[in-house]
Amino acid sequence: MDTDLALAARLATNLDTAFPALVDAHAARLYTIAVRYLGVPGDAEEVAQDALVRAYAALAGYDAARIRELNLRPWLATITINLARNRRRRIADRTPPVRLDPLVEVGWEPSTPARMSPPAVAERHEGRRELARALLGLPGPMREALVLRYVDGFSVSETASALARPEGTIKAQVHRGLALLRRSLTPQLDVQADSAGEMTA
Amino acid sequence: MTRTRSQPKIATAPDHAAMGPITGSTNRPDDLIAALAELASPAPERLARAVLTQVGLADLWAELPSPLGAIGVAWNGRGISWIDRAGDPDLLAERFEDRVGRPLHRVDRVPERLARAIEARLAGNRRIRIPLDLRGHTEFEVAVWLKALEIPRGEVRPYGWIAAEIGHPKAVRAVGTALSHNPVPLVVPCHRVVRSDGSIGQYSLGGPEAKRTVLSAEGLDLVEMESVARSGFRYLGSATTHVVCLPTCHHARRITDRHRRPFRSLNLAMREGFRPCRSCRPGSGAALAA
Repeated sequence: MDTDLALAARLATNLDTAFPALVDAHAARLYTIAVRYLGVPGDAEEVAQDALVRAYAALAGYDAARIRELNLRPWLATITINLARNRRRRIADRTPPVRLDPLVEVGWEPSTPARMSPPAVAERHEGRRELARALLGLPGPMREALVLRYVDGFSVSETASALARPEGTIKAQVHRGLALLRRSLTPQLDVQADSAGEMTA
Repeated sequence: MTRTRSQPKIATAPDHAAMGPITGSTNRPDDLIAALAELASPAPERLARAVLTQVGLADLWAELPSPLGAIGVAWNGRGISWIDRAGDPDLLAERFEDRVGRPLHRVDRVPERLARAIEARLAGNRRIRIPLDLRGHTEFEVAVWLKALEIPRGEVRPYGWIAAEIGHPKAVRAVGTALSHNPVPLVVPCHRVVRSDGSIGQYSLGGPEAKRTVLSAEGLDLVEMESVARSGFRYLGSATTHVVCLPTCHHARRITDRHRRPFRSLNLAMREGFRPCRSCRPGSGAALAA
């Protein structure tokens, strides 16, 4: 957050010289938010690109004081989520709902510890895919809250601010979202999964 | 498949016979939360470049054919920013760096729409819209370049004409300097501005010879133009319409030999009842050109 403050100050002084640093610092986050919300890498890339371009255009219209006061992380997340929601509607329009399930991430996989055995690596990748898919199966508002809170690591209050919802709502959505995720990841174990009620967000 | 414990522990598949270990792990909130954090992805490498190019903080370039051979065309989200001889890509990048100071990346080709627009422009279609990125230049320079854009293909105007038309009739030399700084030659046709004595003048994209090549390719008869200028005539009138033009104006070129009336000055023409052409406006800069 400290670096974001410094970055905001630099953006306020000279947008054009500081903006590349904003892209460096935030492109991966915004792409992650978009791809975990949409599940389609190509669309996510366009959403992240559009979000950053819109951020630039907005900053170009703000005076220095307003830029300095910006909380860049939630501000950029809000722009991205709004664009991703619009994109989601377009994807839903062109793809029948039954086809949404097979949409899985392709391409990048996280680096794995060298000592992991091949079956373990495969399982880990499979686990990531399953989780990503389960996340995509959640209702939109819940997915937004989970992506910001846990994939991107926002605090509850940052998530609330980025999504313009009360903190209590975020807590409830995150709590319920985790429970639903757990249930969809262990479909044969509904009874046990439901007992995860005491989990906290 | 044999189950192997791994990180993250939510890893599972529906066909597992023994689900015990999974239940244990997924029921611990920290594991699921850790697994969610692992869903972070790096952005595709081209994303940053695409953003910076789109907002005009970096540029792309590729080659296009032109009357002068291959040219390098650079552009960003705001428009065409630079046109240069393509010959040596390193030199082109160096000149861009010197003059523009933004990162420049070479790509395979100019986007289809932009390439078609440039082609149409070079072919003389002045109505086709081409976005130009002229940030960082003075108002005077931009005014000179926009005025040059009004000169039709196959015609030329004197430096003094531009100066007068943009409201700085005495700034003839400054017009020459501004034209030599034109970042997008050919598209902004600075080659269509010549000296008032009809000699060809300088050209930033490869000197006077290149300027002759481009003007000839546009259908201008340089021999004719220079012979008219050498004989001291600056204007051509039509004895039928009594309109007087700059010699390369498309109206002047339609005058038949029988009706062509050359003049050394606009005053002489007007004294004989000729009125200045509304298209080439020979009165602009006339005092200086005379």
